[in-house]
Amino acid sequence: MNLEFLKAFIVGGLICAIGQVLIDKTKLTPARILVIFVTSGVILTAIGLYEPIVKFGGAGATIPLTGFGYSLAKGAMKGVEESGLLGAFTGGISGTAGGIAGAVLFGYLIALIFSPKAK
Amino acid sequence: MTATKRLGKQTVKLQYPPSIIATAAIVGKKEGEGPLCSYFDQILDDVLWGEKTWEKAESKILRETIIKAVTKAQKTLTDIQYIFAGDLLNQCSGSNFGVRELEIPFFGLYGACSTMAEGLSLAAMTVDGGFADYVIAATSSHFCSAEKQFRFPLEYGGQRPLTAQWTVTGSGAVVLAAEGSGPYVTHITTGKIVDLGIKDANNMGAAMAPSAADTIYTHFEDTGFTPDTYDLIITGDLAQVGKDITEELLQKRGCDISKQFTDCGLKIFDNKKQDTHAGGSGCGCSASVLAGYLYKELTQGHLNKILFLSTGALMSPTTSQQGESIPGIAHAVTIQNTLE
Amino acid sequence: MEQNFTQKEYQKYVQKKSPNSPIIKNVIMAFVIGGLICVVGQIISNYFKSRGLSTEDVAGATAISMIFLGALLTGLDIYDGLAKYAGAGTIVPITGFANAIVSPAMEFKSEGYVLGMGAKMFVIAGPVLVYGITASVVVGIIFFLVGN
Repeated sequence: MNLEFLKAFIVGGLICAIGQVLIDKTKLTPARILVIFVTSGVILTAIGLYEPIVKFGGAGATIPLTGFGYSLAKGAMKGVEESGLLGAFTGGISGTAGGIAGAVLFGYLIALIFSPKAK
Repeated sequence: MTATKRLGKQTVKLQYPPSIIATAAIVGKKEGEGPLCSYFDQILDDVLWGEKTWEKAESKILRETIIKAVTKAQKTLTDIQYIFAGDLLNQCSGSNFGVRELEIPFFGLYGACSTMAEGLSLAAMTVDGGFADYVIAATSSHFCSAEKQFRFPLEYGGQRPLTAQWTVTGSGAVVLAAEGSGPYVTHITTGKIVDLGIKDANNMGAAMAPSAADTIYTHFEDTGFTPDTYDLIITGDLAQVGKDITEELLQKRGCDISKQFTDCGLKIFDNKKQDTHAGGSGCGCSASVLAGYLYKELTQGHLNKILFLSTGALMSPTTSQQGESIPGIAHAVTIQNTLE
Repeated sequence: MEQNFTQKEYQKYVQKKSPNSPIIKNVIMAFVIGGLICVVGQIISNYFKSRGLSTEDVAGATAISMIFLGALLTGLDIYDGLAKYAGAGTIVPITGFANAIVSPAMEFKSEGYVLGMGAKMFVIAGPVLVYGITASVVVGIIFFLVGN
């Protein structure tokens, strides 16, 4: 149980640390870094490299944006297995539908309620 | 050639130097917590100032600053014949809306953070040319509206690099008059755009430094002045990185200004305590430092002759995204207490 | 003035003169805070697992919960303060995705609920969906072709 948390901490921390190195060393904007992370997640999952990381790190691998890519790719591959070519189109979003809908809904509601504070 | 007031390549010497008869500066809370707090006319607790949007608040700050300056000059708005004003927002909307109710002939300017010296130059030439008796030059900037337009939303979780600057929330206005007892605007060196290919909008000081050095060097060449002519040479908002580079660039050309040189962006904030990284920036930075700090130091005799330069980084979010470099510009104005 | 430097020389010179971000400190902070956010995710995930949800439902429910937390902390003006120290530690987790959605939505509310809030909501996070979904469809198609 405790080991599970430690693994999540280390794997998640390492993925974030890679992002920090990219920010400080390459001057990439945060938006580009997010795109790189989600796309890498998709590709690593497709070639079978991300699944073992998820098995080991649990939430440490699924909470970072690479994990979002992992869910997308896994959904697409599962979709293909179940319904062929159409599944390539429907699988990814099905696998992440909760997260996307949640982001839109909560994004909307929170923005409705709160306003930005001056710094 | 009939342009008898010209000196050298880029400088004019005013024949009838206008006098700065009053100034006003209104700044935000953070600026009011900085080292220059005692020099400002008003410090806002709430940078929205009762308005609904940052943009409306910025216009109000500009308008109230102008009104305050006119009042301090013991004039009325109808005495003012021109306003030269500018800000950082698209289409200069901060100034357009700020002066909307004032009913004074208005020239809107965009020179990014160089606008205060640009406006002061044009205002002084207008008075010197005999086109007006009372003219105002004013600029404004607002941290929140500038971040929104140029960078990220306020609540976005990003990290600012150490070279980044902090946009000043505030406005400064100066009233120039044909008659007065000083301080006087005597020389104007108008900068040209210098661009050495810096693309990092988080390092504007480095982008503007070559233009600042170029204008300062040209000013000395044109006027025959030396750094020792001045009690103070103060740039607009080069901040720490840009100031150091400017000093070195001039040193390389055999011009040592280290004794007199400082920067408004370094004066207005205590970078270490206030976490403002390299220092302040924005049109309101050099404007509020000039209208607040420098004017008082001049009128109290602590300073007698200064070279005031506002520096501007002339990029837009569009050009930055298209990978263009940042064109820099710097305008210089000589302000002195007595006429030779 | 310009004759002193070519553009390349000047850029090199500026790089030398500009203070670098304290990378070691930043990476450690990103590691610690990013890691802690993932631990929170693990706690939430374990809770859903204990309630008997399937593996896929656990993943979905955890993502939704984390997005809610990220959005709420953004609205409460807490997330950006955390991000100042955490950097990528708060950008890379899915809570950062929520922050990237809520922050422009709040900011542009002043331009109206449709073209302001509605449209600008995805101004930073939109590319993540564009590239993520596109990549996943491409992967699906390749998977389909290879499989047959």
